[in-house]
Amino acid sequence: MATPLNLKELSKKEVLLTGGHRMCSGCGAPPVVKMVLLASEYPVVASNATGCLEVSTCISDYTAWKIPWIHNAFENAAATLSGVETMYRSLKKQGKIDKEIKFIAFCGDGGTYDIGFQSLSGAMERGHDMLYVCYDNGAYMNTGIQRSSATPFGADTTTCPAGSAVPGKLQQRKDLTKIMAAHGIPYVAQASPSHWSDLMKKVRRALEIKGPKFMNIIAPCNRGWRSRTDDAILLSRIAVETCYWPIYEIENGVLRVTSKPKEKKPLTEFLKPQGRFKHMFAPENEWMLKVAQEEIDKNWERLLKEEAFTAQQEPAKE
Amino acid sequence: MPKIVAVTGNEAVAEALRQVNPDVCAAYPITPQTDMMQRFASFANNGKVKTEMILVESEHSAMSACVGASAAGGRVITATSSQGLALMWEVLFIASGLRLPIVMPLVNRALSAPLNIHGDHSDGMGARDCGWIQLWSENGQEAYDNAIQAFRIAEHMDIRLPVMTCLDGFIISHSIERIEYLDDDAVKNFVGEYKQLNPLLNIDKPVSYGPLILPDYYMEYRRAQAEVMTKVNKVVRDVAKDFEKISGRKYGLFETYRLDDAEVGIVILNSAAGTTKDAIDALRDKGIKAGLLKPRLFRPFPYEEVGEALKHLKAICVLDRADAFGASYGPLFMEIATSLYSHKDKPILFNKIYGLGGRDYLPDHAELVLNELAEVAKTGKVKTFKEYIGVRE
Repeated sequence: MATPLNLKELSKKEVLLTGGHRMCSGCGAPPVVKMVLLASEYPVVASNATGCLEVSTCISDYTAWKIPWIHNAFENAAATLSGVETMYRSLKKQGKIDKEIKFIAFCGDGGTYDIGFQSLSGAMERGHDMLYVCYDNGAYMNTGIQRSSATPFGADTTTCPAGSAVPGKLQQRKDLTKIMAAHGIPYVAQASPSHWSDLMKKVRRALEIKGPKFMNIIAPCNRGWRSRTDDAILLSRIAVETCYWPIYEIENGVLRVTSKPKEKKPLTEFLKPQGRFKHMFAPENEWMLKVAQEEIDKNWERLLKEEAFTAQQEPAKE
Repeated sequence: MPKIVAVTGNEAVAEALRQVNPDVCAAYPITPQTDMMQRFASFANNGKVKTEMILVESEHSAMSACVGASAAGGRVITATSSQGLALMWEVLFIASGLRLPIVMPLVNRALSAPLNIHGDHSDGMGARDCGWIQLWSENGQEAYDNAIQAFRIAEHMDIRLPVMTCLDGFIISHSIERIEYLDDDAVKNFVGEYKQLNPLLNIDKPVSYGPLILPDYYMEYRRAQAEVMTKVNKVVRDVAKDFEKISGRKYGLFETYRLDDAEVGIVILNSAAGTTKDAIDALRDKGIKAGLLKPRLFRPFPYEEVGEALKHLKAICVLDRADAFGASYGPLFMEIATSLYSHKDKPILFNKIYGLGGRDYLPDHAELVLNELAEVAKTGKVKTFKEYIGVRE
């Protein structure tokens, strides 16, 4: 079992992604990375897909990473890390390395849901002992807010702008967390930085499990979401409370919703503070609010049913 | 004691890789390379090597995993052909830009479309400027020897660059030849222990691989990479000298055949050089003083040495097994022309494109070219500077 979190001890640990990097003020990604690294009880080697996090944290001759870190290209962080992990296994078997090291990939939604999907799927299927963390801000933010398959229904982005003929993105998001669960890997989770203790517990749990693990973590982007600079954590909380971003884990096939909102808030509470959904509140687009809410309701109900169903199955084995 | 065997080119290269015994191998199937990695996987699964295999889902991931594994700190291999190399293209530049000494046999095959699985040099030529060192091989023996020497060149502390060793698809990869294998120990001692440089797995000394470098320093970084390329030539020759000591086989930057006293010459890569040598012998008997130059180190190209070796000729035909669409001439021709450009008295040069998509290159073709060379040398006139041979027009 993973060691329980101890806030006093965590506060003394070194922050492994230093300040002074060039991520935007108020970005949700750096807190996610810091929490993930802080949760690890082992030394970590990380790979990073091209994207906001990558271009802003290692601009030569500076690096914000106090751990070994590798960036290869946009679509291959999983394949790259699978190479690092395989070399580790080879050298360990040969007695050239004795330390216990954990391997974590950090990638945005574009590098995960879209262009890096094949590389991720392959690495998970091969069973590498690694944790893949997607920080999901719901668009290609680094290149200037273009639509990805993680972009929510209705959103106004620069490649699907809310226009007079097409009112933003008309497709629903890809449910990547479930797709990763369908790979049959031992651990899959969805988390939010608003629920920091839940997030870090999941990381600790994941790192105790041998084999491929996947975590999808919401990371608000005030530039792309057109929200207030200091609202990243607030918005990630509302995302959980509206069930837009349910937080759950699937361990060895057993699904557990790790935090259920006492009262499920209407989706409009998540949409309203974000400029990217503004057009949906115009009278002619009210149908969009309805469609968006129906999708959230449907997915939430299904998630609860899945939880009840898998709970009847064999309990998760170590 | 060296062992004499009758094996295919793929089998010989797989054997070389077994003897080198790398730490990690990423493999993905593609004709005509498949058979090589299949054999290597069998070594791995039968405990004949210590290598950990990564059986990736594409060549893009194969090269990506090689980059990760090599940066992690160890000896890394993969192999590919044609479309596989094309899919890797993006990551090839990253492997060389990060100065990772990965070794990759390339079993040369035509590029699509139209789809074709047979040998030509379009794939290797398409990747000639990606910062990798390229060694080309005429036959199975050279493919075996180049594969072994590639590790020493790639891992040399003055170099630390990836190396591609090229052999012709099917013509060499699937033909059985007489090949001499070195002893396992001889190969092991020759390549030596792998020396790590800034390994990612050293958690006590964290390093960042693959930074963003903007206009303030990008050019200096590239300049440094270009500087490394200038050192390859010497290392290739030094490694060849050491290799001669254990094998008795001589290698250089290129091979020449009856070139010193020749008046006309053919420049050609890989397996077709064998056929050409036979044709040269036949025409020498008829009084045509012909010779041949077969490049071995194609990247970085040894312009100076090649120019010196060819400058005394009256006429040269460069035979390319790949075309460079939209350029005037084939890729090998352009290198030869550049090699001779600075010489005051230049041979007359012309270019033939042959053997695309595995089309046979026959002794008749070589003889036709040699007769034309003799004519050009006599008259000083070239009818067509570039044309396809062995083709229905």
